Amino acid sequence: MRRKVYMTGGYNTVSMGTGRSEFHPKKPRPGLEHYIEEAGKGTLAQIGGADNVDEGVIGNFMAARFNKQANLPGFLPTIDDKLQWKPATSVEGACGSGGLALMSGIKSVLAETGEVVLSLGVEVQNTVKAIYGADILAGAGWYKNRKSGHAYFFPGQFSDRAGAYYEKVGYDRARAGMRRWFRNAMENARLDETAQEHQNKLADPDALYDRLKPNGAAFVDNLNVLDCSKVSDGASAIAICSEEGLKRIGVDKKDAVEVVGFAQVVRNITNFPEDLTELQTIKKAAHQAMADAGITIEQVGTIETHDCFSIAGVLATEALGLAKNGEGCDYVAAGNTARDGAMPMNTTGGLIGWGHPTGATGVHQAVTIWQQLTGKAGLAQISMSDDRPYGMTINMGGDDVTVIAIVYKRG
Amino acid sequence: MTYEDRLQNVSVLGAAGKMGSGILLLTAVEMADLSLLPENKGKSFVLNAIDVSPEGLSGLMRYLRDQVRKVAEKKTVWLRQMYADRDDLVENYEIIDEYIFDVLNVVRPVTTMTAAYNSHLVFEAVSENRALKVKLLTDIDTNNGNNPWYFTNTSSVPIGLIESEANLEGRVIGFHFYNPPAVQRLVELIKTDKTTADVVEFAHNYAKKLRKIIVPSNDFAGFIGNGHFMRDALHGMKEAEALAVEKNMPLYKAIYMINKVTQDYLVRPMGIFQLIDYVGVDVVQFILGVMNPFVTDEELHSDLLDKLMLQGVKGGQKSSGAQKDGFLKYKGAHVTSIWDIHKQTYVDIDEFKDECDEMLGDLPDSAVAWKSIVRNKKKDAILAAFFNDLKGSGTLGAATAVKYGVRSKEIGEKLVADAVADEIDHVNTVMLTGFFHAYGPVNNFFE
Repeated sequence: MRRKVYMTGGYNTVSMGTGRSEFHPKKPRPGLEHYIEEAGKGTLAQIGGADNVDEGVIGNFMAARFNKQANLPGFLPTIDDKLQWKPATSVEGACGSGGLALMSGIKSVLAETGEVVLSLGVEVQNTVKAIYGADILAGAGWYKNRKSGHAYFFPGQFSDRAGAYYEKVGYDRARAGMRRWFRNAMENARLDETAQEHQNKLADPDALYDRLKPNGAAFVDNLNVLDCSKVSDGASAIAICSEEGLKRIGVDKKDAVEVVGFAQVVRNITNFPEDLTELQTIKKAAHQAMADAGITIEQVGTIETHDCFSIAGVLATEALGLAKNGEGCDYVAAGNTARDGAMPMNTTGGLIGWGHPTGATGVHQAVTIWQQLTGKAGLAQISMSDDRPYGMTINMGGDDVTVIAIVYKRG
Repeated sequence: MTYEDRLQNVSVLGAAGKMGSGILLLTAVEMADLSLLPENKGKSFVLNAIDVSPEGLSGLMRYLRDQVRKVAEKKTVWLRQMYADRDDLVENYEIIDEYIFDVLNVVRPVTTMTAAYNSHLVFEAVSENRALKVKLLTDIDTNNGNNPWYFTNTSSVPIGLIESEANLEGRVIGFHFYNPPAVQRLVELIKTDKTTADVVEFAHNYAKKLRKIIVPSNDFAGFIGNGHFMRDALHGMKEAEALAVEKNMPLYKAIYMINKVTQDYLVRPMGIFQLIDYVGVDVVQFILGVMNPFVTDEELHSDLLDKLMLQGVKGGQKSSGAQKDGFLKYKGAHVTSIWDIHKQTYVDIDEFKDECDEMLGDLPDSAVAWKSIVRNKKKDAILAAFFNDLKGSGTLGAATAVKYGVRSKEIGEKLVADAVADEIDHVNTVMLTGFFHAYGPVNNFFE
């Protein structure tokens, strides 16, 4: 890297939606502007205020449809008056929008056009019922495939992936891994106050998981609702800084993470995946990011991966090289990805437990890694060992289409 | 004539009413679904929504639009298959909107009876008035050359009387939905001596498509549902009056206490006086009046109801579905005060609640709420434990509840003895599904 890049001052709003006791689908709720403001202010408070910010980036997927709102850069000054007349951009890459907001900030710092960039991701999805939300989220796929797709388009896509995986490794083996993925998500989410499943009190997640057999007549053929991420309202923000920027905001390097490698990879959206049991784009992005950082997977201490569905979590362990092809289910089932396992993943619950405000997820992942690497994760804190000091985020837009992988280490 | 053919031209009489609108909704959805099947492409399906009230019909169309959306949202997976050949319909919302149009497009809201002259099937859901029902069905039948079948949503008048007076020999059947028809699963099916096997078979098929549970009832005034409810309500009113005399207290306090016993001690969805209000004081009085001439060994009548009616206290529901004041006065779902028939005013519950609750005594620790238990698979064991404790507790509330439970069972058994119901199970099913009770009235809990 031509210049050192850091992240600090991460902030998450609550991920609001079913699972939170304060969520009532029929009562009025805060809108887009509330979440942008709360997350933005949360970060500004940790970096000495808006004066220190050179520019802002907002990652968002579908406010144009969920909230009938476009032109999101104009919301940056709603966080703080002092952000008015500064540059702002919004970026979109479906559920990878948050990751693109991070990349946009990283590139500004590398290009020396900014020393401190406020990167924020936001989505407010509970404005419509799930059956209509499915239409909106289907925009992450190629529109020409919508007609032939499932009513619940994306669950349908990943149901097909799960079905192919069942054929490859056996139904029970695959489900055992996915079931453990779900249990880990609940157990981790309970430790983070902002998680949508923070109040989850399920005594026996495995039993519930087994009871809810996938039922194509009611939902999709190969997934139950527990295999799916949440419908969420929420925002996350983080400051992306140069060394000079860190000095300006008065934050010590030990309270920041350094970005040591990244990769941004896209797959042709008009093509079907070559192999449904492989997340090819994630594989390329993760390996490129690690190569960029000059490290191997053995040196990574924790990973936030894009588990929009439990099957995506299981397949990611194979794409990352943690498990051999076809053995990711066993790797997860054995507890390797649990918070006390060989490779703690999604330690604040991931998309299934913490929540999935689509455009915010990429930023939320960075905030979690920043918290874990700097010892700010509270009850969700895992122990990091000195020989594996790196963290990694993998954010995916669409069905393995727009992927952003970033490698971090403590600053 | 096939099932589909029979449903190609249907009329609903009283379509804008509470029961009629639900029947219309269910039938319109069933007809539209048939029209979407590949084998029925090109066939026309017509559902005449007949009502005297133009305003009511206007409201009906709005109700249909909202309800059909909910129906469509639950079966979008199937709808996507049905509209697979429509390239212009891509997203769920487009498909759902089209389906709503297709269902509404089956419906013809009209205020004149002539629309029914071409139907093959007529649902009758007008008010519970024998003369009116006979007049309307006679008019249609003399002008309709199709020999149509008549499904009547009659809740108390014997169907055989309607059949003979309107000269419909074999072509009429009692098809009694419970309120609201779109939600309640129960349908009481009442054959007359002459109802043909074809009609019965169609009724079963139609109920199955609507996912209703059919319970056969014999053709006695009131059938099973009102046969039980009316007698149960009479018992509640008599108990309240007796309690007031015994304790030398105003009747409104006793009404409060019996309502509480029937809800909390008997673990029912609502107390008996609230249920009378829900159905309507006027409706209960009216149905008792219909039933009474047909029974010889008991008097189905309540002076108390007559008094309330004279005082203009009628209960029932507003068109919005909100509860009107009756024996009890409501704020939202909460009861705030009770009608005092002497002073003719509502008395605030807070003025006497504690005193009455003390008289009833504490509930045993094993007490359970209806809401928490109604879907519990182990409810029978839990209820048995509670009712057992109740029998041993010795409080006034417990004694009243046990007596009530025994009477409720007696009513159920008499319905079988009188051949209104063929078997005990039918009585229990009606109370479980039509009245949402957590247990059937014929049980061994209170012996």
